[in-house]
Amino acid sequence: MDLATLIQILESTLRLATPLLFACLAGLFSERAGIFDIGLEGKLLIGAFFSAAVAFWSGSAIVGLMAGIGASVLFALIHGVASITFRGNQLISGVAINFLAAGMTVVIAQSWFRQGGRTPALVGDARFHRLDLPFAAQVRDVPIIGPIYGQVMSGHGILVYLGLVAVPLTWWILYRTRFGLRLRAVGENPAAVDTAGVSVVRLRYAAVVITGVLCGIGGAYLSTSLAAGFVKDMSAGRGFIALAALIFAKWRPWQALGAVLLFGALEAMANQFPNVNLGFVTLPNQFMTALPYILTVIILAGFVGKAIPPRAGGAPYVKER
Amino acid sequence: MSTKAMPRWADVLLVPLLSLVIAFALSAIVILAIGEDPVEAMRLMIVGSLGSTYGWGYTLYYTTNFLLTGLAVSIAFQARLFNIGGEGQALIGGLGVALICLFIPWPHWSLAFVAAILASALFGAIWASIPAWLQAKAGSHIVITTIMFNFIAASLMNYMLSHVLRPARSMDPATARFPADLRLPRLADVLEPLGIEFSRSGPANVMLFVALAACLLGYVLLWRTRLGFEIRAFGQSEPAAHYAGISSFKIIMLAMILSGALAGMMAVNSVMGGPQRLVMNAVEGAGFIGIAVALMGRSHPIGIIAPALLFGFLFQGGSELAIETSIPREMIVIIQALVIMFTGALDNMVRRPLEVLFLMLRRRG
Repeated sequence: MDLATLIQILESTLRLATPLLFACLAGLFSERAGIFDIGLEGKLLIGAFFSAAVAFWSGSAIVGLMAGIGASVLFALIHGVASITFRGNQLISGVAINFLAAGMTVVIAQSWFRQGGRTPALVGDARFHRLDLPFAAQVRDVPIIGPIYGQVMSGHGILVYLGLVAVPLTWWILYRTRFGLRLRAVGENPAAVDTAGVSVVRLRYAAVVITGVLCGIGGAYLSTSLAAGFVKDMSAGRGFIALAALIFAKWRPWQALGAVLLFGALEAMANQFPNVNLGFVTLPNQFMTALPYILTVIILAGFVGKAIPPRAGGAPYVKER
Repeated sequence: MSTKAMPRWADVLLVPLLSLVIAFALSAIVILAIGEDPVEAMRLMIVGSLGSTYGWGYTLYYTTNFLLTGLAVSIAFQARLFNIGGEGQALIGGLGVALICLFIPWPHWSLAFVAAILASALFGAIWASIPAWLQAKAGSHIVITTIMFNFIAASLMNYMLSHVLRPARSMDPATARFPADLRLPRLADVLEPLGIEFSRSGPANVMLFVALAACLLGYVLLWRTRLGFEIRAFGQSEPAAHYAGISSFKIIMLAMILSGALAGMMAVNSVMGGPQRLVMNAVEGAGFIGIAVALMGRSHPIGIIAPALLFGFLFQGGSELAIETSIPREMIVIIQALVIMFTGALDNMVRRPLEVLFLMLRRRG
């Protein structure tokens, strides 16, 4: 593997990790507050569709992004109503959200655009432009730093950088603010938070809305930055890989970045090389595709460290009367 | 508590039916919103799926799939295990069916049929037993592991079909066609000797009777055997079951193995009874529809028969709808999602007003 290929893989790793990163941080907020969310996939998908559809009409990627966030938050609130207000089964609600998004996007896309469940291709300002980081052109020829800064880091859509900023921001909110402390507490011991006079319901709804916003951005990135328009089922299991990354990261933000970069790199490598020859054995492309899931199962099995979810996760909170 | 507020018939019939009505009403709004006529859509679906023996041939074919996957989810639910992995277990079950049909020269279809049922059940059971073992021994959440195993199964099948089982000259990621004499007898073959005319083109086949028998056996197992009692006791209260000397390891493993075996068996219908070869997407989401079926049927092996038929009707009706109107097939996915939402997650929303109503009526009477 030569340097150019390596740079190319690193560059696409960052691109492919971004939707995973948004979905993973989204899941982090929700699950840290004690709401399991296996509906990340559905929210990515509905966000991707409405971003692309509205970006197409308005000709503005930003307006599209807002629409994608709106749609995703709406879906997140459905999950919130089911799992917080009506104390329903959070896993079943997540499954329903995924199917609702898979069905709605195609039915609406067909009704609006009549192109077999896709939006028309987005051009010009309807997509996020690539941004060149300052001095990227100047440092291009400097060894090591040049290619890394000038080619791997520079030249992405703004949402890639937003994702990278979201990681320290999430860390700060979670570990350095009162809201974050309460959020983490409500996922571990909601009764204690309630006793302290803080509303469990309001905190959990706040977490669910943040989840919706982040999934919406991730979805918008898929259809208006990574691709040029929406196609049927374009989230392609990324919501579940993000869930895997969340477990891999043991529900922590910096580790989440590491996990999505790893999974992004696997996807980039699977795209670049159909088969990976390790000398003694040739790994097929499909193995690379399955690797994030296999790794997650291994982590869950407790062979490499132990992934312990937030203690109150999945359980609706019932106030004592 | 909640079971006391309402009579039993209201709990098992009224609540699911009301949920279904809400799901259909919302779907009708969606159909209206995209500028189509919901009444006409319903008429087309009924004519297309139930109006002819041709339609029934497909409706019952899909029903067979959903009976088995619904039963698979139900048995796991009874032990309070949420098996989302039916899809993957059925995919791997399909591999078992293909190996049986492709590599063993069977003298008669019936022998191959029995062998395919056993192989698909074995393959499905093995695929379900790994997440089960991880849940029982390492405490890793069965929902997450079964989701992961769905994706691993899809990759594995992708590899098997594009590298290992694909015939040399074919470009299609699928196996070769099975020998023609292994074709399962269709409903027409069964009904014609009885003097009943039935369309020969619908793929519904003898596996339907196996699926119905499985429901009956499932009922006997859950309500008439010691193991069934233990499964239900474990599902009601794990500490109580533990106190009664029921091994949680044994129950988790057995419930998931049974569940995986049933999901795997679905492939006999969708591979051997359908296209007669193993194709990439042989399961077509039936593993997930099993979740909706089990929720509507209250995880009761007999109770799931009606919802399985309902989804068979929706599936076939949806295909007809996509041909006749501009409503795409995915409309069915919306209905499926709404049924899962209202019978599963929003059950309390539907149930509470009814409970209040019943309490008021009782006070008056």
